[in-house]
Amino acid sequence: MDHLLTIITFVPIVGMVLILLCPKDQHNLIRWIAAAAAFAQILIAIYLYANFDTTTTAIQFAEKYPWVPSYHINYFLGVDGISISMVLLTALICFISVFASFGIEKGVKGYFALLLLLDTGMMGVFAALDFFLFYIFWEVMLLPMYFLIGIWGGPRREYAAIKFFLYTLLGSVLILLAMLGLYYYNPTPTFDMTRLAANAGSYSLNFQRIAWIALFIGFAIKIPAFPFHTWLPDAHVEAPTAISVILAGVLLKMGTYGILRVNFGILPAASHELAWIALGVIGTINIVYGALCAMAQTDYKKLIAYSSVSHMGYVMLGIAGFTAAGINGAVLQMFNHGTITAMLFLLVGVIYDRAHHREINGFGGLASHMPIYAGMTGLAFFAAMGLPGMSAFISEVLVLLGAWQRHPLMTVFGASAAILTAGYMLWTYQRVYLGPINDKYVGFPDLSARELFTLVPLAVIVLILGVYPHALLSLLNTSLVHLNQVVMSAPGAAVALAH
Amino acid sequence: MENPLHVGFIHWIIVLPLIGAAINFLLGPSIQRRMGKGAIGLIGCGVVLAGFAISVWAFFQMIALDPEHRFMLDDLWTWMNIGGMKLDIAFWLDPLSMVMTLIVTGVGGVIHIYSTGYMHDEDSFWRFFGWLNLFTFSMLVLVLGDNLWLMFVGWEGVGLCSFALIGFWHKVLANTTAGNKAFIVNRVGDWAFVIALYTLFWGLSAVGHPTLVTREVAQWSHLLAGRPGYLGLPLVSFVTLLMFIGATGKSAQIPLYVWLPDAMAGPTPVSALIHAATMVTAGIYMACRLNFLFSMAPDTMLVVATIGSLTAFFAATIGVAQNDIKKVLAYSTVSQLGYMFTAVGVGAYAAGVFHLMTHAFFKACLFLGSGSVIHAMGGEQDMRKMGGLRRHMPITFWTFLAATLAICGFPPFSGFMSKDEILLQAFAHGHPLIWALTYGAAGLTAFYMFRQVYMTFFGEFRGTHEQEHHLHESPPSMSMVLVILGVLSVVGGFLMLPGFVADFKPFEHFLEPVFSSEFTRRVAEVQISHGTELAFSALAMAMAFAGWFVADLMYRREVLSPERFSSLFNGEAYRIVLNKYYIDEIYQAVIVNPYLVFCRVTAWFDANIIDGVVNLTAAIVVLLSWFTGLFDAWIVDGLVNLTSNVTLDFGARVRRLQTGSINGYLYAILAGVMFILLVRAMLRV
Repeated sequence: MDHLLTIITFVPIVGMVLILLCPKDQHNLIRWIAAAAAFAQILIAIYLYANFDTTTTAIQFAEKYPWVPSYHINYFLGVDGISISMVLLTALICFISVFASFGIEKGVKGYFALLLLLDTGMMGVFAALDFFLFYIFWEVMLLPMYFLIGIWGGPRREYAAIKFFLYTLLGSVLILLAMLGLYYYNPTPTFDMTRLAANAGSYSLNFQRIAWIALFIGFAIKIPAFPFHTWLPDAHVEAPTAISVILAGVLLKMGTYGILRVNFGILPAASHELAWIALGVIGTINIVYGALCAMAQTDYKKLIAYSSVSHMGYVMLGIAGFTAAGINGAVLQMFNHGTITAMLFLLVGVIYDRAHHREINGFGGLASHMPIYAGMTGLAFFAAMGLPGMSAFISEVLVLLGAWQRHPLMTVFGASAAILTAGYMLWTYQRVYLGPINDKYVGFPDLSARELFTLVPLAVIVLILGVYPHALLSLLNTSLVHLNQVVMSAPGAAVALAH
Repeated sequence: MENPLHVGFIHWIIVLPLIGAAINFLLGPSIQRRMGKGAIGLIGCGVVLAGFAISVWAFFQMIALDPEHRFMLDDLWTWMNIGGMKLDIAFWLDPLSMVMTLIVTGVGGVIHIYSTGYMHDEDSFWRFFGWLNLFTFSMLVLVLGDNLWLMFVGWEGVGLCSFALIGFWHKVLANTTAGNKAFIVNRVGDWAFVIALYTLFWGLSAVGHPTLVTREVAQWSHLLAGRPGYLGLPLVSFVTLLMFIGATGKSAQIPLYVWLPDAMAGPTPVSALIHAATMVTAGIYMACRLNFLFSMAPDTMLVVATIGSLTAFFAATIGVAQNDIKKVLAYSTVSQLGYMFTAVGVGAYAAGVFHLMTHAFFKACLFLGSGSVIHAMGGEQDMRKMGGLRRHMPITFWTFLAATLAICGFPPFSGFMSKDEILLQAFAHGHPLIWALTYGAAGLTAFYMFRQVYMTFFGEFRGTHEQEHHLHESPPSMSMVLVILGVLSVVGGFLMLPGFVADFKPFEHFLEPVFSSEFTRRVAEVQISHGTELAFSALAMAMAFAGWFVADLMYRREVLSPERFSSLFNGEAYRIVLNKYYIDEIYQAVIVNPYLVFCRVTAWFDANIIDGVVNLTAAIVVLLSWFTGLFDAWIVDGLVNLTSNVTLDFGARVRRLQTGSINGYLYAILAGVMFILLVRAMLRV
């Protein structure tokens, strides 16, 4: 079974080509081609999961071929504990998104072709271990996203799409500059991330700092970290449901993944020095600020978007804790946020498809005639609130436990979000689902089989990871503990510890 | 404690209710449609009663063991093993969790049975039993979890079920608001609780034993003595104080008690099970579970005792003025929980657990009795519209009376044994003020309880004619449960008799291994003579009689008008008490409203300032590009045009050189050659 990562990355491209060859009006054929491509990814992902060696920090399923030898650029794919969970998440979320897109009726061919291209871009980002290749995938992902929001989006789709595009492009430029810097300042120029990481000591501290900050801003835009987050609510509000699912489920993780892979992996000393403020303080701000903003929203989807801002803050805070618990919690939180937020956006999509609006105060009493929908939403909401027994609880506990020793004050604020989140979630649930029956919505059908098909797998994963988080943690632990140790033993340690 | 007995049955006590919940939630609607509500009731009650049967069996297994080794462990699988924190999904039975398990499955089981009668007309019968089963599951996880995070899973799980059951009738918005309030207020406490766990973990980590497994914490916590914590407090005091804040949320103590009275919006069996007998005692259970930590922190203990006794008294004063039959009992519960914390705070853990158990009996009986009354009254809860019900509902009346006598502390009812013990311990441990508060609360308790008995069951019926026509005793499924709990309210106290009666304290002896840490024994140490004990019993009895007597004068003989008291200070005092000291209004004005405003300000800041900067940047870029556009159009393109113009102009001028005159050309050529020669000559020089 060679070239698994190549296959999982490019299978969507094959699907895309097939779709492009299809006649325009064969909607069902196009949909099922996309589904088949996504399903193939799922199968490979299961194989990767089952055959992943949890005891080593080494790169697994590696594929390495020279690509542009004169510039030391390789085609280099591989996964380790840092990226394996994201590969799995991408396969899962893309699969769900394809089915969530079956309701799209406008420009089906173009939509699914772009969706699959996006899939390849995202998968490639997590699988690539050559910085140049990573950057290519990073950019590849951008274009389909722009069109998917800009063509299939809501009324202000063009504004949102351009905002997303330009903001991310700004980040990309910074990443590009840092990447070239890392390449040229290395005694043996290379784009190979594993070799860049091995040579970490060869950069001067000042260069590390500059490169670190450039990379951080580039990735922070994607997370999105305060104050670079305002593209997210706009993009979400305008994007079609399945695209919101991908956006929140996978795209945001590329930011924190980049920080772990590039900032932490390649620039450990600067990471040690700067993480407390860039990740700790900003992460805490994200957590609290996102929750405060969410409380004040009246657009259901915007509220969920702000909750993403809040929950991604935990990832940052966890990384900044410099403990095994914190960093494991952070990556687990990336996965858990992916599944839970995907559920939340799917659920918003359900009611938007029926009512054609998302005004929270315009609903009420839906639980009385859509009990399955209300029950599923309840499950997702409590999962998002970090209710013990569900997945996000484990990751939030690990993050906060991991952060407590070094950053007690930030942890206290971070933990307070449990109250704030309960506040906006329960209040929203009450306004949309509870209370007297609203006659306007009585005729709405409960969840369809297709909707259940997209939601149930996510719900099951959320519950399983709550009682058996080791199903995922065991994949991460070895690599992350190692990464944490690298950062902890970097020369910047003394400076950072002073804070 | 070193060598737990590994067993494989404990998880079944927990898993059975979970299976019940899963069946009810996933298949409930179709089961109910096809096989009727009886099938749902059978599943719902069956799983809990089966759990009770296993618990009783386990109890006999346990007492067959040597007291020092009464500790059984059921270790299922590794839950988390990260960064030195190794936690299992594992459940343990020791004497304390044994007592709690018996209460939860036993009292819980009969309340399940009662619910089959009480909720019989409810359409979503299955949903009710689903939540009730899930609650039982969560409560058992809380009680039996072998580590503190697993306890927290149950701790929040019961909160979820409480939320869902308070808002069970969700078409009425007020019910759901009460549910939200319960959950959010509890989350405030949970915030403190989780921080306590973080601190404890790292504290133990620093002394070389990173763990949150309860028995390991018990083993190593003495190493934490004298270690500094945060905010200038010793580590153990910091941890236990935060834990106690968590307990004030779950167990409804000042300042977080406000959710419990509102929680009465839920169906009455829920009030009996969750908001009286089991869930709200979780805080006391937690403190007793971690007695070895609390006993190490005298400052925390003082806070616990003070808050407990203040709550006992404060809530009792509110209970005096309530007219809603369930609200009286709600404030009574807050007050009784205060007693339990008083016991914990003075180090009399066993007395606290004992009162927890007797309270579970008599308060469940009282709530279910009030449910029986509400059932008969067609949903009416205002006691001013009741009266004379003892003639129509004798079983309800007699059991309610038995439970009332128990809560008031009349001998030999169960409350006498448990409450007197607490009062005595408070005084004996040198806290006269705390004793005085709880003593005063005892009088108030007798007053408000007999006020309730008289208003509900005595005198003339004050409701509508139609209501009177429908008055009936409840069906056997309900009344039999009342009898069981009524009997337990009477005899439950015999497990721990006062010393002057007989030296018979099996309950305390059973729990002894749990409260055997060095610090706990040191805190508990106190000498009380039988004479003192008798004197305090007599004092307490006198107080209870006084309360009863005043209620009797006011509400039965009606020789003393309540208005004489309510009109004191122009009625201001009464109005304040009637409105529960306006605590809800104060919280609303001081915390909730400012928070909502703050959220709106933040969102405005986000949309206008942060995003404003983004849009401004974009606007500036657009503006700049407009300028560069202008520059391009006028300057760059201008230059281009200028160039072309100049060229054209130049061309036009040069064209005039082409005159066609040979002479002119020759002159020009000559001039050119001369110029070239000249230049070359100059360059050579």
